[in-house]
Parts: sequence; structure tokens; C-alpha cells
Amino acid sequence: MSQPAARLPLWVDFGLIPLLNLVAAFAVAGLVVALIGENPLDVARIILYGAFGYGEGVGFTLFYATNFIFTGLAVAVAFHAGLFNIGGEGQAYIGGLGVALVALGLDPYLPWWLLAPLAVIGAALFGALWAWIPAVLQAKRGSHIVITTIMFNFIAASLMAWLLVDVLNPGAGSMSPGTRFFDAEAVPPRLSEILAPFGVDLGGSPANLALVAAVLAALGVWLLLWRTRLGYEIRALGHNSSAAAYAGVPIARVIIIAMLISGALAGMMALNPVLGDQGRLLLEFPGGAGFVGIAVALMGRSHPLGVIFAALLFGMLYQGGSELAFEKPSISRDMLILIQGLVILFSGALENLFRPALARIFAPRAA
Amino acid sequence: MDWLTFLNVLDSAVRLSTPLLLACLAGLFTERAGVVDIGLEGKMIAGAFAAGAVAVFTGSAWIALLAAIGASVFFGLVHAFACVTQRGNQIVSGVAINFIALGLAAVLGHSWFEQGGKTPAPPVSGRFTSIDLPYAAEAAQMGPVGRFYADVVSGHNILVYFAFLAPFLAWWLLSRTRFGLRLRAVGENPAAVDTAGVSVARLRYSGQIICGALCGVAGAYLAIGLNAGYLNNMTAGRGYIALAALIFAKWRPVPALFVCLLFGFLDASANRLQGVSLPSVGVVPVQFIQALPYILTVILLAGFIGKAVPPKAGGVPYVKER
Repeated sequence: MSQPAARLPLWVDFGLIPLLNLVAAFAVAGLVVALIGENPLDVARIILYGAFGYGEGVGFTLFYATNFIFTGLAVAVAFHAGLFNIGGEGQAYIGGLGVALVALGLDPYLPWWLLAPLAVIGAALFGALWAWIPAVLQAKRGSHIVITTIMFNFIAASLMAWLLVDVLNPGAGSMSPGTRFFDAEAVPPRLSEILAPFGVDLGGSPANLALVAAVLAALGVWLLLWRTRLGYEIRALGHNSSAAAYAGVPIARVIIIAMLISGALAGMMALNPVLGDQGRLLLEFPGGAGFVGIAVALMGRSHPLGVIFAALLFGMLYQGGSELAFEKPSISRDMLILIQGLVILFSGALENLFRPALARIFAPRAA
Repeated sequence: MDWLTFLNVLDSAVRLSTPLLLACLAGLFTERAGVVDIGLEGKMIAGAFAAGAVAVFTGSAWIALLAAIGASVFFGLVHAFACVTQRGNQIVSGVAINFIALGLAAVLGHSWFEQGGKTPAPPVSGRFTSIDLPYAAEAAQMGPVGRFYADVVSGHNILVYFAFLAPFLAWWLLSRTRFGLRLRAVGENPAAVDTAGVSVARLRYSGQIICGALCGVAGAYLAIGLNAGYLNNMTAGRGYIALAALIFAKWRPVPALFVCLLFGFLDASANRLQGVSLPSVGVVPVQFIQALPYILTVILLAGFIGKAVPPKAGGVPYVKER
């Protein structure tokens, strides 16, 4: 990605350009909606109402956003190190195994507030483990991390399918492949229960304490990247790996650590659906959240605050999209996948599409 | 496993390796030109959906094939625009195309055919049906080799034969023509090609167009050759296996043929080995065999079986010296 010569004012660079990219993505999506004979404005209204119009909708939006904050942060941390971690999906899946093993092993003994921190550790540990092998292969043997993490997504899917169908499946009485339910005492309360005394009505939405963990994780990532030596090394590596090497940054070690953090964040995404919502580990529970993380990180420009906003936007699209599927049966839920792809295209690969034109308008004239 | 069962597995291996082979060669043309493409999956989906839909509308397999190529080439041009003209991140663009194609096919299919995203089965004229090679019936009576001819070599549709011819064509094009030499050069050292007065951008666009065309054929094969109609996400990760095969074949066309056959064979035997107990190993979980291509690729990438060296300029946008 070559830097254009002209420097733009900050608000253009970090405000106007991302906004224009987003508008372009939604304009194309709107075009497709119009093409199949629906009114894009109608669709936008339904999505907005579905996501924010009533308590339960807001709860669902927050629930989906929780997943995307975790996976978005995972991709963002790797981006800062100049690495593209496409393996968030697999790392989240294996992270779910970590959560489930902690919960299945300890749920007869521990109340939720003791079990949840252990589950966090389990999720992070297993997610990091799944990122560790691609990280080592990249750092020590130069195997391209994009390809290895893609392969590890598929390996994770096969491994988990085997575990959930043949090994951890309690057998009779369970309709879908998965583990048994965790003990009800081991499952943390939902936000709707916690906030009900304060007059906040989130209906039957599954948003839970994992949202708090996600926001804390975002804060932690910010502190790590901009307030610690390791964060500085990670960013130096991402900006210019040979300069970083000359400056004495241990490249291989920083690659591995950055990927471990990235994998741990992706793994922690599992807390939200597995421990917080379903109370059991189900086949294919990540449902593409790992990939949404790519769009979220690109849109949020890899900044934790940007990631939170982008995750909320995608949470809104997911919840509003479900509403849309009820109201407009002619529009498939897969519209979300299309929008996600368009956001990745315009905010990622085509991020400089509008830059030359804006540079002509805003760049200070050369003296 | 007796001879007939083995031939049966080989037969399905040929069928299953066809889309891999086409997609793998597609990836080869663009990566040898220095544009990394993880959007093979999306291009195949675009091709498969276009083929499925157009076959239903027109009832002609050949028009459907053209539509598949057109749709897939369109995404190739999007990728080329993002990667070559805009000098964007090639991986990001590939990921985007995978999602856009998957989402678009589902949305359009859902709205046009109202069958939850799949297309209805096209009429027989809208499909590529199997061709019996000369003397197949006679050969079947003539011992094991004849059976091999009748069961494995004969009885596929035209796209399969094209796919198995394609690696040799690709080899010829890449190593025996001027265009091929330039295409490979632009993947190794674009500056040298530029200095010689040949357009880097045009070559890289050509690579993407060939890539799109081959992915289109692969998609058409899935939708109107192997199956009857488009199913949601019917490529099922084949674009990524093709990428793995490309690495395994070390970016060379003829080895790609054998690697794709091997991966196709693994796929075919995974179906066959479900619950079967193997001597001295016991029952192998079918998921393990399904994961084997990915595991093998990781081991290869780690440098434990030979070394896979990608084209040198792969993934790097070319900026003219100013």
C-alpha cells in the first residue's frame, strides 16, 4: 500500500475516508436490494428498527457485537504486527473447546463467578494454542501465515466435528451434535437479568457479561499497543520489519507473541455464545464471526475504539438482518454476507479509492 | 478393497479432482503473474451460480458455461482493479470477493427461484452429460485394464476431459510461448518486465482473466456437470483446497494434475472409509481423512517435505519508479 505524497488533515483520513468507503459499500448493497425489487430505504428502516427500536433488539445487537469485538480485536492486533490472521474462525472454535472443557469439568463444584474467570483462561489458552503453530511456522520457517491459518480453520472444523459427534456427545436425547448442557449454576447471568432492576428491558436477549469482558479486552489491547514496550515492538514490526530488526526488535518472538494474543482474543469470543448463551458447546457455533472480525478490523482501522464501533454496526446488521428475514421474505439472510464482503472490499482493498480526489480538495497547496 | 471397488473410488476421484484442478490452474496463472488470489472460492461460486441460473433460463449448457465464465471473469477484473490499479491488499481483496460472491449468489438465487438460495434442476440440455469413449462397452469385458478404461477413463463429461488436458496446455502456454515467459517474469521481477517496455498491469490483468475463466469452468462443472443445479455454498472450501494443491505442486501445472488427483482421491476415499476398520490402524475418523489435504499442506509449508517457493513478487503491488 503506497502512501500518496499528499498528507491529508486527520479528520479526513480517519473520519471522511472510512465514512465514504462505508457509504460506497452500502450503496452497492442498496443497488442489489433494488435489483431484486425491494426499496433500499425500507430495508434500512427495518434493519435500524430491528436493531435499536426495542429492548430485546438492542440486547441481540449487543450480543452479536460482543462476538465481533473479540474477533475484530484479534484481527486488529495481528494487523498491527503486519500479519493477516484469517484463522479467527478456527481459533474461536477451539477456544470454545477450552470453555467447554473448563465448564464440563468444574460445573458441579464451582459457582459461575468462580468458573467464568477460569473459562476466560481456557478460551484464551486454547485460542492462542491454535494460533501458536501457524505463528511458529511463520516466525521460524517463513510459512505464509495467511495460508496456514486458512488450513487451520479447516483442521479445526474437522477436529471439532469429530470431537462433538464422536467424543463429547452425550448420545441419546441430543438432537444436534454438541456437549451436554452445563449446570445452570455455572452459567453467568444475562444482562437482561442484571439490568432489569434498573428499569432496562432487554427482553429475552442473550447478551451477557461477555460484553463487559469484550470492552475490557478492547481497553487492554489499546494499553498494550500504545502504552507498552511490547506494543511498540509489535507496531514497529508491522510498519517496517527490517527497520524493526535493525532497531533490535526480536522479530520471531514478537511475531509469535502477537499471534498468541490474537488467537487468545479470537478464542475468548467463544465465551459469549458457549458459556453466556447456549450453555453448551455446539457444532459450528462460531457461525462465521471469525470472518466478520476481518471486516470489523478493517472498518475500525485496527483501533480498539474503531473496532467497538464497527462491531456494533455489524451487530446491528446481524440483528436487523434477522428482523428483515421475517418482514421481507424475498430478501435472504445471506444479504449480510454480501454486505460484509462489500465492506471488506471498500474499506480494505479499495481503501484509497477516494483518496486522490480528496487530496486534490483538502491537501495543503505545495508552496 | 477389490479391483471393482477401487475403480469405483478412482472414478469418483477423477470427478472430484476436476474442479480442484481447474481452480488450481486458475490460481497458478494469477500467482505466477504476481497477484495472490485467495478469492478462487468466490469466483467458483460466481461461476457455479451463473451456470445454474442460466441453464435454467436458457436450457443450454454451453450458454450457461459462457455465463459462468463471464461472472467469474467479472470478479477477476474486480480483483485486478483492486490489486493492480488501486494497489490494494491482495489478500483482503480475495477475502472480500469470497464473501461478495457467496452472499450475492444466495440473495439473487433466493429472490429469483424462491428455493432458499438453490437453483432448480436445469433440463438435461442444460447440463454436461457423460460421454462414452469409443469401445468402452467392449473394453469392459476385457479384464482389469479394460475395466479401468471403461470405468475410470470413459464416461465423464466434456469438462472433465478439458480439465485433464488443461495442465498440459498451461505448461505449453507458460513455458513455450512469449506470453507465458512474460507472465512468469512479471511474477518474479516486474521491474525488469517494465524496463523491457512491457506493461506489468496488462499482464497481471491477463492473469486474472485467465484465472477467472478457469474458475468459471470449475464452477460450471460443479453446478451443471457434477450436480444438477446450484446449491448454497456448493464449492464447500474447494477454492482453498485448490490453493493448497497449488502450493503442493509448487506453482507448476503438470504436478498440479497429480496433486489434485491425490486430493480428489482422499476426498473420494473419505466417503468410502466411513466406519471401515483398516488393518493395523483401526477405524480412522472420516474427519481426519477430510482434514488430510490441509494437514499435508501445513507440513509442506513448514518445509518438511521439500520446499515450496512462491513466485518472488507475489502479493506485492508494482509501483513504477518515479
